[in-house]
Amino acid sequence: MDSLIAQAERRLLAPGGLAATDLDRVFTQLMGPSIDAADLYFQHSRSESWTLEEGIVKDGSHSIEQGVGVRAISGEKTGFAYSDEIVLPQLLDAAKAARAIAHDGHGAGKPLALNGGRALYPAIDPVESLPNPDKIALLREVDAYARSRDPRVKQVIVSLAATMDTVLIAGSDGTLAADVRPLVRLNIQVIAEHNGRREQGHAGGGGRYGYRELIENGRALTFADEAVRQALVNLDAVDAPAGSMTVVLGPGWPGVLLHEAIGHGLEGDFNRKGSSAFAGRIGQRVAAPGVTVVDDGTLVGRRGSLSVDDEGTPTECTTLIEDGILKGYMQDKLNARLMGMAPTGNGRRESFAQLPMPRMTNTYMLAGQHDPQEIIRSVKRGLYAPNFGGGQVDITNGKFVFSASEAYLIEDGKVTRPVKGATLIGSGPEVLTRVSMIGNDLALDEGVGVCGKDGQSVPVGVGQPTLRIDAMTVGGTAA
Amino acid sequence: MSDLASTQDRSHQELDRLAELAEEVIRRARAAGASQAEVSASIDTGLSVNVRLGEVETVEHSRDRGFGLTVYFGQRKGSASTADLNPDSIQATLDQACAIARFTEEDPAAGLADAERMATAFPELDLWHPWQIDTTQAIALGLEIEDAGRAHAGISNSDGAGVQMGQGLSVYANSHGFVGRERATRHSLSLALIAEDENGMQRDYWYDTVRSANDFISARSLGDKAAERTLSRLRSQRLSTRQCPVLFAPEIARGLIGHLVSAVSGGSLYRRASFLLDHAGKQIMPAWLNIMEQPLLPRGHGSASFDAEGVATRASALIEGGVLQRYVMGSYSARKLGLSSTGNAGGIHNLVVAPGQDDFAGMLKRLGTGLLVTEVMGQGVSTMTGDYSRGAAGFWVENGQIAYPVEEITIAANLRDMFAGIVAVGADVDPRSHILTGSILLERMTVAGE
Repeated sequence: MDSLIAQAERRLLAPGGLAATDLDRVFTQLMGPSIDAADLYFQHSRSESWTLEEGIVKDGSHSIEQGVGVRAISGEKTGFAYSDEIVLPQLLDAAKAARAIAHDGHGAGKPLALNGGRALYPAIDPVESLPNPDKIALLREVDAYARSRDPRVKQVIVSLAATMDTVLIAGSDGTLAADVRPLVRLNIQVIAEHNGRREQGHAGGGGRYGYRELIENGRALTFADEAVRQALVNLDAVDAPAGSMTVVLGPGWPGVLLHEAIGHGLEGDFNRKGSSAFAGRIGQRVAAPGVTVVDDGTLVGRRGSLSVDDEGTPTECTTLIEDGILKGYMQDKLNARLMGMAPTGNGRRESFAQLPMPRMTNTYMLAGQHDPQEIIRSVKRGLYAPNFGGGQVDITNGKFVFSASEAYLIEDGKVTRPVKGATLIGSGPEVLTRVSMIGNDLALDEGVGVCGKDGQSVPVGVGQPTLRIDAMTVGGTAA
Repeated sequence: MSDLASTQDRSHQELDRLAELAEEVIRRARAAGASQAEVSASIDTGLSVNVRLGEVETVEHSRDRGFGLTVYFGQRKGSASTADLNPDSIQATLDQACAIARFTEEDPAAGLADAERMATAFPELDLWHPWQIDTTQAIALGLEIEDAGRAHAGISNSDGAGVQMGQGLSVYANSHGFVGRERATRHSLSLALIAEDENGMQRDYWYDTVRSANDFISARSLGDKAAERTLSRLRSQRLSTRQCPVLFAPEIARGLIGHLVSAVSGGSLYRRASFLLDHAGKQIMPAWLNIMEQPLLPRGHGSASFDAEGVATRASALIEGGVLQRYVMGSYSARKLGLSSTGNAGGIHNLVVAPGQDDFAGMLKRLGTGLLVTEVMGQGVSTMTGDYSRGAAGFWVENGQIAYPVEEITIAANLRDMFAGIVAVGADVDPRSHILTGSILLERMTVAGE
């Protein structure tokens, strides 16, 4: 197996007749007395997807994108241009456009030195990790299995997708890093119908590995079971309650709470600009004692993990909140420099055609002491929500929402009737101060998260143990 | 300094090149054994400038190319795309699409739209207005907008002003011999501001988006509007849980119409994933309400003479007298439903909700006492069941007058009841979208709060 850097140079630079030594010429074009930093981000991305619907594998698609993004930074100013042709004349043109934000002059960056991250995933092309007939067979197996689980299952949509990203990052600070990033995902949507009522269930998962790891040990069929179960539960759901009440969140994906309530508000850019409700609050209490939240890009094979971020900084496990006290922000290089802090490996971008910014990786709360059943038993009347769709936050006033896709009433310490999905709303700086019990059952999600910010989507992970929150507003319709 | 907005307009030559490439690839797909093939190819260029607190923050130049191919071998389909229009990449894309079609399965509904539905008339839609603005001018305009906003007392911080110039060229061609060319520009201005008082910070924004830079509101008005919206949110309160009438401001009301479009879209219907299944010809809104698709509006944000399959678009009612007149379909979903394409592959092309008589102040009077919603949060809307539950912010209104701002509340109901319970549509139409509607007053929703 040759090195990541050799693979990246072969795939990204060699086809256009470039070598790593040519990058010095680009930096000479980019750098000047008033340019503080500059970087080049070469990317080749290959992806495929297959979809089964109505029992037929109807559609398959394949796509290739590649290019180079060129950034020049002067103080708080950033100039950016990109090219989808990786050849020297286009690179020099892009460099000229990017550096136009600053005055003329010529200088040079530091000599490039290889920045090795740990290998958190194999440098494979997941598209090639399974023969096409086996992908088709997998889709058919999942479909037949889901339909066999219950006669009320009327519609099954299964999709399988894989991407391989190859990146090469060179910075004027001497950074030289390469990464090959596999990502696979299986999704199942089930529509169940009974007595004229229709409801749906979703499940899926994936991570940074090949298709075989995604389907081993019957994992694909457990997703089908889960999607069917959710659809059937929802067939019996009654109207959700409306108003403020005690809420118990299940383990795993409900950690989307953390992503919205505090995660975005702790990204470095919003705090440098003073636009986050958490700005200037490091060292203050923002959560109940016992609450510890981290952003960890170093977990092996996880969807949100990266060996190095998109600026070539090795990822870290960054403590955001420790025992209820705000400890730190997630940083990219620009915001870290302007705030006098260290980068934390959170500089991410959707593609070469967009600028990096501070983004989350895998964000989760550490486990506590309580048995999950004990937490439910402690609630006289409230809502138990084990599954969610997406969420959203206003980082300035701290208000955030996330929408339950499976929920139940808790009555006298017991989980009773299923209720329809409802949006929960709260205030980021307050909600974690109302955490009164933390479960001992920390789980991470199955690998389905997509985070959007400023029009850029990146894969992320979330996780948490079962949590009791003493008061949250539940947006149902029942009095 | 070089800039992307060249004074020499080479758009027709570039479109011709894209069209030649598309036709060549379709010929090669046919030679490779495909019974049908279609290509979409595009080139988008742009300049985006952001300024914040009186300084340039980012200057971004963009040029995106895209090439997508779908081949049909009988009823089997394969698709592939590339962002690289070099001959080797195009050939690889063709090979990939054909390879995929060997593994997909026979789908009786698969294939191009019917040949006799292809557009034959291409009226001038006035969508092409390149904006000759260079980086220096864009920065100056951004600073002017931000200054106008920051001049308001109480504005404590800025999230920046943005100036964006964009132009796109695209070609859709298929093996019926159809070749459609489109060129369109879209430019926008925006400003986000922050105000702070003893209760904390509030952020809000305003933007404008147009086909021609001549149609922009002034920098001053945009700055004023962003500042007024931001300042008006200070001292927001929560509400107790209640049921009350709700007025959706125009920019939020178009989301409601968007939910209607999703629910009557062919894709939702043939999957039986819509609460409006089998509702064509049925009353779903009040008898005075009309919604018309108008694909050929000059400078319209959704204007097009052909859809994503080359089918001619046409003006036609979606809702007339409150009755759902038709579904919104491309040829695939139409075949699945045993119907004909409505020229909506790729979506709706300008939807006009017939405006009422009242301006915004008049709509507040009609609301009387209730909730004015100016922001919704989250994705808690189910097209399948119609269940609607979202975060909201806005204003409590008493006797037709805004009383105080509200936040951290949810609004919930079922879309079926919300559509049937529309009380009035305002004359205050928001022109910034392909969905053109004034504010919408609903009889009743559940508001959850403290």
